[in-house]
Amino acid sequence: MRTLIRRFRRRALALAAVVALGAVPAAGCGPGGEDPAGRTVLTVGLFGSFGYQEAGLYDAYMRLHKDVVIRQTSIQRNENYYPQLLTHLVSDSGLADVQAVEAINIAEVTATQADRLEDLGRVPGVRREDFLPWKWRQATTRDGRTVGLGTDIGPQAVCYRKDLFARAGLPTDRDAVGRLWAGDWRKYLETGKRYRDRAPAGTSFVDSASGVLSAITGGSARRYYDEDGTVVYQSNPAVREAWDIAAAFATEGLTARLQQFTPSWDQAYANGTFATVSCPAWMLGYIEDKAGPAGADRWDVAAAPRPANWGGSFLVVPKSGRHRAEAARLAAWLTAPAQQATLFRRRGSFPSASAAHALPAVADARHPYFGDAPIGRIYTRAARGVPVAVLGPKDLVIAQNLADVGMLQVDQKGRRPEDAWDAAVRTIDNALDL
Amino acid sequence: MATSVRAANDGTSPPDPPAPPSPPPAAARRTGGWRSRLYRWDLKATPYAFVAPFFLCFAAFGLFPLIYTGWLSLHRVELGGEAQWRGFDNYTGLWDSDFFWNALANTFTIGVISTVPQLLMALGLAHLLNYRLRGRGFLRVAVLAPYATSIAAATLVFAQLFNSDYGLINTVLGLVGFDPVDWESSKWPAQIAISVIVIWRWTGYNALIYLAAMQAVPQELYEAASLDGASRWRQFVSVTIPSIRPTILFTVVVSTIGATQLFGEPMLYGGSLGVSGGSGNQFQTLSLLMYEKGWVTGALGQASAIAWVMLLILLLIGGVRLLVARLNRETT
Repeated sequence: MRTLIRRFRRRALALAAVVALGAVPAAGCGPGGEDPAGRTVLTVGLFGSFGYQEAGLYDAYMRLHKDVVIRQTSIQRNENYYPQLLTHLVSDSGLADVQAVEAINIAEVTATQADRLEDLGRVPGVRREDFLPWKWRQATTRDGRTVGLGTDIGPQAVCYRKDLFARAGLPTDRDAVGRLWAGDWRKYLETGKRYRDRAPAGTSFVDSASGVLSAITGGSARRYYDEDGTVVYQSNPAVREAWDIAAAFATEGLTARLQQFTPSWDQAYANGTFATVSCPAWMLGYIEDKAGPAGADRWDVAAAPRPANWGGSFLVVPKSGRHRAEAARLAAWLTAPAQQATLFRRRGSFPSASAAHALPAVADARHPYFGDAPIGRIYTRAARGVPVAVLGPKDLVIAQNLADVGMLQVDQKGRRPEDAWDAAVRTIDNALDL
Repeated sequence: MATSVRAANDGTSPPDPPAPPSPPPAAARRTGGWRSRLYRWDLKATPYAFVAPFFLCFAAFGLFPLIYTGWLSLHRVELGGEAQWRGFDNYTGLWDSDFFWNALANTFTIGVISTVPQLLMALGLAHLLNYRLRGRGFLRVAVLAPYATSIAAATLVFAQLFNSDYGLINTVLGLVGFDPVDWESSKWPAQIAISVIVIWRWTGYNALIYLAAMQAVPQELYEAASLDGASRWRQFVSVTIPSIRPTILFTVVVSTIGATQLFGEPMLYGGSLGVSGGSGNQFQTLSLLMYEKGWVTGALGQASAIAWVMLLILLLIGGVRLLVARLNRETT
């Protein structure tokens, strides 16, 4: 009998092991929603770094709402984050209560996923007039549901090296620098040629031709799609003009032939091998980080030739969440003007809420690393001039291929601009044919 | 563990106890019947219970995706959208696509550049390690060390070494007097750089497999060969290689499968352009094209079709291997 019991124990152990093995995947996605203390757990799914946690916004919200606990998950790169978000939306599982969407994806999300998202335009406390009209419209469906609230935007300026400009015989004062190219990207090109003729050894005028291309296209209302949703980038004169100007930077030898957001690009900041870069507000922190203490007192910010926008994000609330009302309240609070102003002061994310632009935290903001440049004034003026862009579902694919397949080949391989354009068009055609 | 349990059972309660000398009480007979039924059940069901987790996992993560991918490949499916029937259009589309043929060619060339030197070097290494060497154990562990490194870590280090502007390799080339090589944006240098990563990682692994096979070659063969006056090289060519031919065939097949599925190295080597295999798709492999189609452009149907084509290619390779093995057996 004893052996029988022992045998049973063994069998029970083995069975338990089997059951446990089988149960692990099931336990992994067990229901959440409340913590042991009975407080509501709200999850926020982001990509990259939004700075909510770092700026103390979650803590502030939890002090205001004692019954709420906020947990954040973040995936570093949007290329990895966005496909996962779409998959989760379609399968209605694995979603956080609040999810972030990059500006370049918002058209696709608004067009195809709106049924799965809450209408945040009706949440108490959300005021349409607080936001920049174009930002609000980008996340609003044709039938008037606003599925995403704007977080930040990316108004552009030009960051430049004062020391290199001085050695090349160019003005260094930020207003004078801005006047060099005010109103026309071709003047920026001309300034580049002036720089090249007297350039300090081993330096170039601009980091990359692709960066110039993105900066110019970010300033036109119609880019890759027309108002009816037809792909028009091939025949759009604005895109062709941007392409030609950017390609001229490469063929005239004004670029450091880099690719943005690669280790080489980072190292070039540290080594100081280029004099200018188009910098949206969110890039200031990146530059400070990469150029380091050695670049202090060397960088400054001037207005871009024309107002343009690059990047920015939205918050959406999936309908499958357990605490939709609470999640919507949180999203509304995080995107309210006061919080956006805090985020700008602490993290440099420029508010999409125009109501925040007049707040002292924004209007009077200066950046010590960039020679105390009045970044609040510079970026607010740029943001005001940004045209209402017509977005399309595959903007990302088109922009990426024009920059990384097309312009990068002109820049790095010396390919003829016409050939590189054709190569980019072939790749885009292939990518758009689903 | 299953066998030890079984052994304990066999010792204590035989399945059909011999008839006891005196008629047992009714209760005991009942428990005996219950026991033996339980035991039979145990005998039959336990093995299944033990293998079940594997097959459940296989069904969930192997078989189902295979079938579902096949179904998807016959549809037009946009990431985040509904599926529409498309028949074999995804496959004919691949046939007409320059990008597919480019990826197939890249997979083949990178496969050849990485596999051939890798296996030759592994063979040589194994031969050297087979000698009586000082610190043989250490050397054997050392050659396996790259295999234990993660792909990501190794690739990131190699990407730094091959960096066109600041990399160590171009610096050294510059010292010797060569022009800097564009290790990423030019086609052949990029493919060679990626192959170097693969070679670095897998040579030691294959060397150990060869070594194990070489140690099973009977010593008498070598003695006989040396009595006949065969040199070391001659022994290697005429004794070692023929003796380990099945192992060589095995490593060729495994390396070919690995090369066909090559993904992590080019993906990470290319940085933000990794998925497209560089600005001109110069090192985009089939796996990368599949990933790009599925997760960057969101064409899940086409990505599934590529997955199935890759499966067919691997089956083809497996078939060729079988054929070669059979021919081998017939000739020997």
